[in-house]
Amino acid sequence: MSDYDPASLPDLLPLYYRRLFPFSQYYRWLNYGGVTKSYFQNREFSFTLKDDVYVRYQSFSTQSELEKEIQKMNPYKIDIGAVYSHRPNQHNTVKSGSFQALEKELVFDIDMTDYDDVRSCCSAADICSKCWTLMTIAIRILDRALREDFGFRHLLWVYSGRRGVHCWVCDASARKLPVAARSAVCEYLSLVKGGEDTVKKVQLTDPIHPFIKESLAVVEHYFSRYALGEQDILGSKESAGRVLALLQDDILLNQCDLEQNQWKELLLYFQSESNAGKRWERLKALVNQKRSKRGSHAEKEIMLQYCYPRLDVNVSKGVNHLLKSPFSVHPKTGRISVPIDLRELDRFDPFDVPTISCICEELDRPLRPEEELQEPRDGEREVGEKRRIRDYKRTSLAKYIRAFDLFLDGMERSRKGELLRKSDLQNDF
Amino acid sequence: MIGVFYLTSFTRALQGTTCWRDCHSEENNSRSRFLQQATMQFSRRKKVISSSLTEYGHSLQLYSQPPIENISLSEFETFAVERLKLLKTVDNLGVSYVKGSEDYKRKLSTEISNLNFPFRSEAGMVATELEKRRKDHISHFILRLAYCQTEDLRRWFIQQEMDLFRHRFTDLPSKFKTEFLHRNDLHYDTASTEEKEALMEKLVSSTFMVSGTTVLEQDFYKVPFQDALDLVKMRKIFLRAGFAYIPHQDIVTIVLNDFRTQLSKALALTARSLPTVQSDERLQPLLSHLSHAYVGQDYSIQKNVGKISLEQIDQLSVKSFPLCMRELQRSLREQHHLRHGGRMQYGLFLKGVGLTLDQALQFWRAEFIKGKVDSDKFDKAYAYSIRHMFGKEGKRTDYTPYSCMKIILSNPPSQGDFHGCPFRHSDPELLKQRLQTYKLSQAGISQVMELVKGMHYQLACQKYFELTHNIEDSGFTLNHPNQYFAESQRLLTGVGEMRKEADAPRGGQAVPAPTAPDALQDQPANPGPAFTEITKDLDSFFQDY
Ligand code: SF4
Ligand SMILES: [Zn+2]
Repeated sequence: MSDYDPASLPDLLPLYYRRLFPFSQYYRWLNYGGVTKSYFQNREFSFTLKDDVYVRYQSFSTQSELEKEIQKMNPYKIDIGAVYSHRPNQHNTVKSGSFQALEKELVFDIDMTDYDDVRSCCSAADICSKCWTLMTIAIRILDRALREDFGFRHLLWVYSGRRGVHCWVCDASARKLPVAARSAVCEYLSLVKGGEDTVKKVQLTDPIHPFIKESLAVVEHYFSRYALGEQDILGSKESAGRVLALLQDDILLNQCDLEQNQWKELLLYFQSESNAGKRWERLKALVNQKRSKRGSHAEKEIMLQYCYPRLDVNVSKGVNHLLKSPFSVHPKTGRISVPIDLRELDRFDPFDVPTISCICEELDRPLRPEEELQEPRDGEREVGEKRRIRDYKRTSLAKYIRAFDLFLDGMERSRKGELLRKSDLQNDF
Repeated sequence: MIGVFYLTSFTRALQGTTCWRDCHSEENNSRSRFLQQATMQFSRRKKVISSSLTEYGHSLQLYSQPPIENISLSEFETFAVERLKLLKTVDNLGVSYVKGSEDYKRKLSTEISNLNFPFRSEAGMVATELEKRRKDHISHFILRLAYCQTEDLRRWFIQQEMDLFRHRFTDLPSKFKTEFLHRNDLHYDTASTEEKEALMEKLVSSTFMVSGTTVLEQDFYKVPFQDALDLVKMRKIFLRAGFAYIPHQDIVTIVLNDFRTQLSKALALTARSLPTVQSDERLQPLLSHLSHAYVGQDYSIQKNVGKISLEQIDQLSVKSFPLCMRELQRSLREQHHLRHGGRMQYGLFLKGVGLTLDQALQFWRAEFIKGKVDSDKFDKAYAYSIRHMFGKEGKRTDYTPYSCMKIILSNPPSQGDFHGCPFRHSDPELLKQRLQTYKLSQAGISQVMELVKGMHYQLACQKYFELTHNIEDSGFTLNHPNQYFAESQRLLTGVGEMRKEADAPRGGQAVPAPTAPDALQDQPANPGPAFTEITKDLDSFFQDY
């Protein structure tokens, strides 16, 4: 794979938008079967151009208009906004106040920087395969809850291109949710609370809600390999100290001699035993003893604090908040923002995701013989669409577009089902 | 009789004259319909005595029908003032006590009966009871008129009315609850016995039911989760496939949800008809007075614009800022950056303190460019939002500084955030340390911490005020960070301007027109959802890049 150089982006973008960007699927997605009039036309797009020039309120009447404009502007980044009451590109001509955001997918943004206090491998914008597990856990937990608890069915998970993932919940009912409902969903899904001034960020109370139990089951599955192994949270004196601090308050506050003694024993044990797994078992044992006396879920709280997904609530709450579009390029890493196939989630590796330079290079590779056969004979002219399909199929973008297709097929099927049901109902009369 | 006007004359003006009708025949129908739905409708032709049993058949109502009777001006005023007293009590109790706690319930019940509002009464036939119900009905509608004018007023009114309703409904004996549902045509789906058996364990652990038997005995209502957001938010119900399973004991939540929806729609409609009401010079001052008498100072109106210099801020933040703002100033100086929530909370506060737009731009730029943001990026990513905050961009709304209530209840800080209320959102240990660094006495700190433990955050803050200003009793009820600032300045510099302003009722001819009607005239044709969207709109300009 070739290394990506941000300086080459202006040269690569035209090629990408001309030959690789999956416009037809993209339109198929945002048009939502044309069920609601002007749904696509009233959608806001915004482009980030060279030198961080940011243009909001772009909108397009057709797929080809969108295509032409993108190919003309060659945006460094594309964001998707809400569906408005009027065409966003005419928002200035509409009487003030009547231009309003009406609908948008319910979106979630999980960003690795929000986990800085619980990862030792990297910080800020950096990620590595170790901390990526946090994203895997986040996806598993949220995907289950959004489907089973909230009853949503059409979830598109997308790698952001750098250090996080996005989720687009595309069910019609989700797109219509008002702000208050969006924030209620977020709150239901949020367990880690508190800012820089909070040490202990997860507090569980009895009885433990079924949603939390389900989420814990996911965390438990990854915890020992990820937290005790890879992050080694009980390995060094420092990191173990941070874990113990989460327990300490509870024990010291509760001035009970027995517990104080057990606590001292635990500290001694930590001095003599350096194996993280054993240390964890010992810690759990102490909590369990405590629990038998009075409710304590300290070990679960620790697990959640270290592994539970951290949502950027502001992104999810607003209907008119913009979010980076799938298949947009990340200007810094050059990676394409690609859909994630959940059936392959545990094998998903962000470092495998192709960069724009990589797929553009793949295009230039000489064709293999079997591909040669499909090449059109001389004189046959091919236009846009077909050519593009053949093009991306030759690159490592193909499998991600396939995942996108699957998602779109799912939506199509339920739209048809819906139509059938409606006409059946009509026939009954 | 002197002093008693029959309001028929007022309402005749409200409902439009023939001339108005003729000129705007197209608008006419919808206009007058709004008036009928939204404002009190006082019958013009004959006096209807409405205290009939069917009309006030239950001590509680959803206020779906406006009153249709004549009422004297003096009664109008008494009713309105007493309901305001009641709502103000609801507000105060909600700050000082945990809602729904024994103390809260006891105090609120006492106030309700002291002010002669109906409560828990089973004696529906007695004349005095009917009189109370009539008062409940009419006073609610008068306040709708006074409290529909701005987003803030509406929010306050809805909040208090909801709390009051919740209290009254919860306290009803079970059979009256059921009767209430019937009477108001509220029907909800219930889960079948088989379903309850299959979900037994989950229902028990999500709804604080002690046992499976209770689950089987009780009705569980199945409603779309959108209709029970409060319960969803707090994970107090079991949620499956988009349906919330609500135990009978929590039915109040769904009823309240209906109540809220209806009330906010009604207020939007009322706001639309308001220009007509305001053109009546006798009714207008009264309504304006009502709406300002009890919610306190409006901090979006700045008295001190341009009176402070940027150099003073550090010093002021130590002496006169409440802890939440002091922390934000400190973090901003340390980090050279604040995230979205912090910029909103602090930026609007500073605007309320008196910073001009230019000063604000200069202030934020100076600090941000010391960090990772260069001047160019600042202009692109942040300057717009600051101008927006001053109503100079976008919808040109003038944004109001956040109240304590808003800071304490909404948008809690998460990783990397420094906003919020330290009394509410800091770990007690850290809060204690901070107070120590700020040199509060040990005894003082214990007093503050005691209040924090009892969840009396604003009282804790007030205690902090008293300790840092060396006074025994601050003599005000804190509900706004800008109020904290104004009170502190008043003490330190003796400038009492803000204080005086807060006590004087506004309205009347002598006082220049308040901002609320102005704002309203800006967008007369656009009530309803637009108002609620305004604050959210700003948020989107404040993304972190
Ligand atoms: S009580 Fe109000 S003023 Fe005091 S710190 Fe909290 S939010 Fe700020
Ligand atoms: Zn890492």
